[in-house]
Order: sequence, then C-alpha cells, then structure tokens
Amino acid sequence: MSEQAAGHIQEVEFPSPGEILRRRTLAHKGFMIGAGVLCFLLLVALLAPALAPHDPYRQDLGNRLVDPIWHEKGTWAHPLGTDNLGRDYLSRLMYGARISLLIGVSAMILSGLIGVSLGIVAGYFGGRVDMVVSFLITTRLSMPVVLVALAVVALIGGSLNVIILVLGLLIWDRFAVVMRSSTQQIRSSDYISAAKAIGCSTPRILFTELMPNVLNNLIVVATLEIAHAVLLEAALSFLGMGVQPPLPSWGLMVSEGKEFMLFSPWIIMIPGFVLSLLVLSVNLMGDGIRDITAPEGRS
Amino acid sequence: MSALLEVRGLHVEILLAGGLLKAVRDVTFTVDRGQTLALVGESGCGKSLTALAVMDLLPPRAQRRAERLRFEGLDLRKARTRRMADLRGNKIAMIFQEPMTSLNPCYTIGNQLQEAMLRHRKVSRKEAQDRAVFLLEKVGITAAASRLRQYPHQLSGGLRQRVMIAMGLMCGPAMIIADEPTTALDVTIQAQILSLLASLQKEFQMGLLLITHDLGIVARVADRVNVMYCGEVVESGEALQIFDNPLHPYTQGLLRCIPIPGKTKPGEHLGSIPGVVPTPIGDLKGCAFRNRCAFLSNACTAENVVLREISNDRAYRCLLSPETCAQNLRGRST
Amino acid sequence: MLAYTLKRFSLAVLVALTVSFVTFMLLRFSGDPAAALAGVNATPRQIEFVRVKYGMDRPVLIQYAAWARRALEGDFGESNYFNQPVQAIIGGRLSVTMTLGGCALAFAVLLGIPMGVLAAVRPNTWVDRVALTISVIGQAMPSFFFGLILIIVFGVMLRWLPISGSDSWRHFVLPSIALGYYATPAIMRLTRSGMLEVLASDYIRTAKAKGLRSGSVLFKHALRNAIIPVVSLLAVQFGFMLGGSLVIETIFAINGVGFLGYESISRADLPMVQAIVLLVSMFYVVLTFLADLFNAFLDPRIRVG
Repeated sequence: MSEQAAGHIQEVEFPSPGEILRRRTLAHKGFMIGAGVLCFLLLVALLAPALAPHDPYRQDLGNRLVDPIWHEKGTWAHPLGTDNLGRDYLSRLMYGARISLLIGVSAMILSGLIGVSLGIVAGYFGGRVDMVVSFLITTRLSMPVVLVALAVVALIGGSLNVIILVLGLLIWDRFAVVMRSSTQQIRSSDYISAAKAIGCSTPRILFTELMPNVLNNLIVVATLEIAHAVLLEAALSFLGMGVQPPLPSWGLMVSEGKEFMLFSPWIIMIPGFVLSLLVLSVNLMGDGIRDITAPEGRS
Repeated sequence: MSALLEVRGLHVEILLAGGLLKAVRDVTFTVDRGQTLALVGESGCGKSLTALAVMDLLPPRAQRRAERLRFEGLDLRKARTRRMADLRGNKIAMIFQEPMTSLNPCYTIGNQLQEAMLRHRKVSRKEAQDRAVFLLEKVGITAAASRLRQYPHQLSGGLRQRVMIAMGLMCGPAMIIADEPTTALDVTIQAQILSLLASLQKEFQMGLLLITHDLGIVARVADRVNVMYCGEVVESGEALQIFDNPLHPYTQGLLRCIPIPGKTKPGEHLGSIPGVVPTPIGDLKGCAFRNRCAFLSNACTAENVVLREISNDRAYRCLLSPETCAQNLRGRST
Repeated sequence: MLAYTLKRFSLAVLVALTVSFVTFMLLRFSGDPAAALAGVNATPRQIEFVRVKYGMDRPVLIQYAAWARRALEGDFGESNYFNQPVQAIIGGRLSVTMTLGGCALAFAVLLGIPMGVLAAVRPNTWVDRVALTISVIGQAMPSFFFGLILIIVFGVMLRWLPISGSDSWRHFVLPSIALGYYATPAIMRLTRSGMLEVLASDYIRTAKAKGLRSGSVLFKHALRNAIIPVVSLLAVQFGFMLGGSLVIETIFAINGVGFLGYESISRADLPMVQAIVLLVSMFYVVLTFLADLFNAFLDPRIRVG
C-alpha cells in the first residue's frame, strides 16, 4: 500500500484502526469536555467524605439561608451558602453527586440488562418472539413513566433501592429498541451465515459475533440512559416522592429551596445548575461516542 | 456551425484532508449543435466532474477554474447563480446515471415534469401538462396521460430514465449532458435508450455531451471522442478514427479489452491493463499513465507530457510519435 | 386499509389491557392501598373497614376483572377523594392538558424545524454550532428547573407573564415553553439530519439541474422528504408531553390531568390514578396510529392498498 511509485504521484497511506480511534477521540471536543466534567463529578462524588467541609446533615438554625460567597454577606465558611435549615450547601452538593450518580448508573444497568436481553432476543429470533417484544415495547412506551413511577414510589416509600428498582424497570425501552434494530441488521449479514455454516451454536453466535458489533450502539444508549435516569430521579425527588429528606438529592434541594427562590434565587440555581451539568456531560459523552464510532453519520 | 459549448483549460480541484486533489486537469473540448461528443474513461477519471463543472453543480469542496468556459457565447465563469439557474433545465439539460433515485418520491411524474417547464416559461399548467404528454410519447412511453398521475416508485428503471429524458427536453434545450445514462439499466434497455437519445438529438438538433466508460456505446452514438485518464484528456478525435487508429497506449489498451465485431478473432485473448489509476494529489510530474504503460521510457517520468495536435481535430498526450504508436498497435494485435 | 385499521385497533385493545393490568397490579402491590386510603393515623380496625368497603379483600385478579368489566362500560369507578365518578372529573381537566400539550408542541415545532433546516443548509458553520449548542443545553436542563427559571425571569423579575393558574391564554405561555423546549432538540436534530441526508440525494441534484430556485429546492423538494420521520417523532413527543405534563402543571398550578394525577397520588386516590394512566396510554396509541396514517399520506411509497 505504501510503495511509492518512482515519481511523484503518491499513494495515500492509511493509519491503523486503533490509531484512527484515538485521534478521533482526542479531536472530538464534545466528548473530551463531557468526559472531563464527568470524571470531575465522579471524583467529587467518590471523595465527598474527604472533600466536604461540613457534615451535610448538620443543621445550624442560627445560620439559615446564608448567602454564597459572591454576595456581600457571604463567608468562606460556607462558600455556597446554607439552606433553610442551616446546612452547608457545598457539602450537600457534593453528597448529592453520590446520589445522582449512584441512582443514574444503577438504574441504567438494571434497565440495560432488561432492555438488551429483550432487544437481542427479538432481533435475532424474529417472528413471534419479535412480535411479543415489540408489543411489550409499545406498551411500555405508552405508559406515562413519571406518573407510574411517582405512584409506585409514593406507595412503597422512597428509599434508594426502590427508586433504582422502579426506574430500572421502567426505562429499558430505548435499550430494547436499539438492540433490536442493531441485531436485525447484523443477523442477516454475512458473518453470521458463515458462523452458522461452520456449526456455531446460537448462544455462541450471540456472544461472539453479535455483541462486539452492537457494542458501540449499546455504549451510546447506556450513557444517554444514565442522563435519563438522573433527570427522572430529580423530577421524582422534586415532587417530593423520590429521595426523602434529609438525603441531599439535588432535585430535593431544588424543591426544598423553592419557597425561598424569589429572594435567594441561588438556592435553586446551584443544584439545578449542577444537575444540568451532569446531564450535559453525560449527553456530550454519549454523542461523542456515537460520532467517534460512526462518523459517517455526521454531515 | 458555431460552437455551442466551448471549454478550454478546465481545472477542478478538491480540497481533501490529505491534500489538494486535482481531479480535472487542463481539459479542453467543444460541442457543436447536432453533434455528439463522448467523454470516455474509467471510474474516477474526472469525466463526471467535468460535466458538473460546466453546469456549476460541483460539490461544495470542489473549485473550478478555466481559461474559457462559454455556452452560446455566454461566459459561464462569470455567470451569477441566478443566471446559471436560468440556464439549467432550460438551455442545458443534464441526465444522470441513477434513474431509480433521481426523481422525488413524494411528487407525481406529472408534477415534476411540469415543474421543469413552469420554472422557465410563462405558460399555464395545462400547457405544461400538454407538453409533458407530448414528450412522454416522444420518448416512447405509452398511456402518457395516465402516467402523469403516477409516482416514481411505480415505474421501472428504464421508464424512469425515459421520464428523465423527457424532463430534460421540457424547455427545448440546445444541449444535453448525459452522464452514464444507461449504466444502471439492463442491457436490453440500454440499446433502446441510446437510440432514443440519438434520434431525439437529430430531431431537435441538440448538442450532446455523452459521458461513459462503455466503448460500445461510444461506437454507436458518438461523432467525436475525448478519452480521459486521471483527470486529463489523453486522446481526442473523430470516433471512427480513434477506433481505427488509436494512438495513446491507454486508448489502445481500452480497445483491446473489448471484443470488436469484425476485428476480434474467435478464441483471441482479450487484454487488460495492469495496475490501478493513481490518485492525482500533491505534486504531479510526468505522465500519469506511466505506471501501467508497456512503452515506458525515462522521459516519461521526467517531464510533463503535453497534448500534441497532429491535425485539426486529432490530438493525443504521449511522447511517442504517431508512427511508433501505430507500430505498437500493429505489433500487439498480431 | 380496513385490515390495517382493524389490526391497529386490536393492538390498541391489547395495550389497554396490558397497561391497565400492569398498573393495577403495581398499585395494589406497592403497599397497602387500604392503609394509604385510611390515612396515617388509622387504627387497624379502620383500615380493615376501608379494605372491605372498597372490595380490597378479594383476590387481586378478581378485583382487576371487576374493574375491567366496569371500565368497558365506561365506568372507571368513583374517586375516593371527590366521591364522584372518575371520568367526570378527568373530563373537566382534559381540555386544559390538551391545550397545554398542543401549545408546547407548537412551540417546539416552530423553534425546532426552522433551526434544523438552517443548520442543515449551513452545516459546520457558526449557525450550525449555535443550534447544536442550544439543543444540547436544552436537553440537559430538567424541566422543573427550566420552569422555575422562567417563573423567576419572566414572571417575577420582568413581570411580563402570570405564573400560576390557567385562566387566560397568557397563563399558557410560560408552561408551554417549559414543556415544549425539551422536545425541541430532538426535533431540531432529526430535521437537521434528515435534511442533510436528503440534500445529498440524487433527486435534489436533479432539482438543481432543472434550474429550480433554492427556495423551491429546499422547501418543496427537500423538506417534504425530510419531514416524514419528524411527523412520527412529533406524535411520540406529544404523547410524552401529555404524560410528562405533570411536573409543569404542578409548578404552574395548571388545572390539568397531570396535576390531577399528582394530587391523586398524594391522596392515594387509586381509581383516579388508574384511569389517568390508562387514558394517557390510550392517547399515545391513538397518536401513533394517526402519525402512521399521516406518514402514508406524506410518503406515497408506503401507502397501504
């Protein structure tokens, strides 16, 4: 390929696939920003006990609604102020990261397990199986998720496990849809026929031929569903039927701060902002992965 | 006969990640009324881009420049977008290679045909419709009136291509550019479409610029031929002369690849040209064909080869003399 | 055509059965509905009384069958809170939610489609980047947060628009924006990618070769094709809006079905919740059916029969 003609009409050299992937990844600004912010938030979440200046649950009723540092009356003791019970906002924010990420990732994994199994099975076997799974997907899509999740969590009680379980059981649809169509595309392709021709069994085919090729679609959906789960938990907690006080869920913090927001808007702006930041970084990563692994999709 | 289309020194360059691709280099030709010029060459030799350059339909990254680019006396290089749009579909029509995808699936044939005329002429819908029916019949489509209400997906490839031809004729153009009009069609249909084009050209005295890789087509229809290789014209002349006496080694090689009735003996091996077309990117020096030429010499690498005119309308781009070329031809065919 | 409609209808029935069944089971098993109804301070005897009164002591499947049978006749039970038939109360609130959803969708379309077209016509320029940035940020903000920001900025600081209630058209402006903006990025991206794909297609090249003006090429030929998948998306998004209007209605105190659902959950008014879930899901099914019909209208290639 790289043999040069004796002269000056060149042959074009092609780099290796790994090299291409690395180059594209580093060049993709969206992905790098998203991954960077996400890593930062992850670190904060993991190291919260060490980083937080105060106990997020400790109330200090003498110091309620202290302004953050950028107001005149702010102090460095509480850089992001305190809430209506005197609890340090910065510390609550850091611990809140743990909750958001924990719920987001766990719900994604649970919904992923359900959705991927359903999707691959439907796409690979087709026929009746596909009909049933498609019906299940349609049914799930028609159900109002917020309403149902709200009702169930309200009745059972808002512990973290319940929330993860409920969300996981409700948001598997996109996994199923994407896996189903990816599997369908690949099922009819040549290397599956070749594998069958040499006598590979079905489970083996599913694992060794199918999975690697649907992997990049899967990763993209997984990141986007983390964002989805985070937003849902925030909404549930905001409505009072998700994470229960005194846990510092960011959605709950917005809800608790709502009555004071007209005089101290920062009290909802701060948790709302970090929520958006988390979701934004996850979305950027997911989009970035999609662009990097399938650039033909771009303009 | 005044020249309908005059092209001289046309260059098309595309900016790629790896460098500047000189896809069309110093191409010169003319097309007259009632005359068919064929641009022949393999895929990637720049013939389609040449046509797109004339029509100003190049892709966004491509740039054209030319010494001369005149249509009916109008300098196309300076024509503004509006003016070009007025010419397209009106004075110059273009037919493309893929009839299956060249029509909008959401509108009827009639709508798309009439639109071609309504855009350029102040006529009523009824008049446009009548013209559409007239032309559909001319291109050999039966039950034309009812066809107008049909959608593209309801027609076969051959029919769609006829519709494309009819659409090109809606405004009575002076010239048609046909880019591989039969490549995507069945062999049996190809002949029909070609005859159609030839007869329409005669009837309406249009100029026809035919782009193809198929020498068989060239033999049937073309008056003059320009053979292109790697963005350049390597040989040009009257069709009969080129077939009888090809000069450039590439042309000779091309003709050896196909069976020619009357010349090819039964059981004779058909030739092939070894190697691949190089990519004209970066600095270019020397003959583009040298990696695949059987008659390579040192001079071929050292200097750029210019187009040599040996008579009024015969030219070729090779360092070998015409006599040597003829000799090579004879030597190979025994 | 008839066969197709029948098929979709039976699908709808199946979905209705499944959704109502799943919801019923979820609600029954999520806790003790009798206890929830009787209240926090109820004694065991009171809870038992409630249980018998509402028939919650029967086997669950029997309870569901009874509910389903009555539902087929249009009787969705009585609200535990209002002591009136459920359907009467929902009916009153439905038009409000539909209006909100419609306005939100209109907002999303009026913003998303032109942005998508513009981004596709000028790909990789600043216009494109701005549109993509807006869409990316729009999808990251939780709707309740955006709603609150709108309230602060437009309702309180600028005092342009009212921030609660649903009396006049003005009351719908902020909620529609808050509800609709979440769909805007999806619409914009789909329009953009659809337009990019279509603009590269052969029939657009033909249109240009015919000398058609750029407006005609863009809107008559390109958008017409690119918009087809967007229609399905719009139907789906509208369905989501009806289901997700809950948060927005709660923030803006709009008396719609979503707010009713929220209140019913807090009051453990299960018949109401059951009915609302079923209603929303039926809307979704009908909407997707209509979208498919509209698709067939737009794209001659997929017409049935």
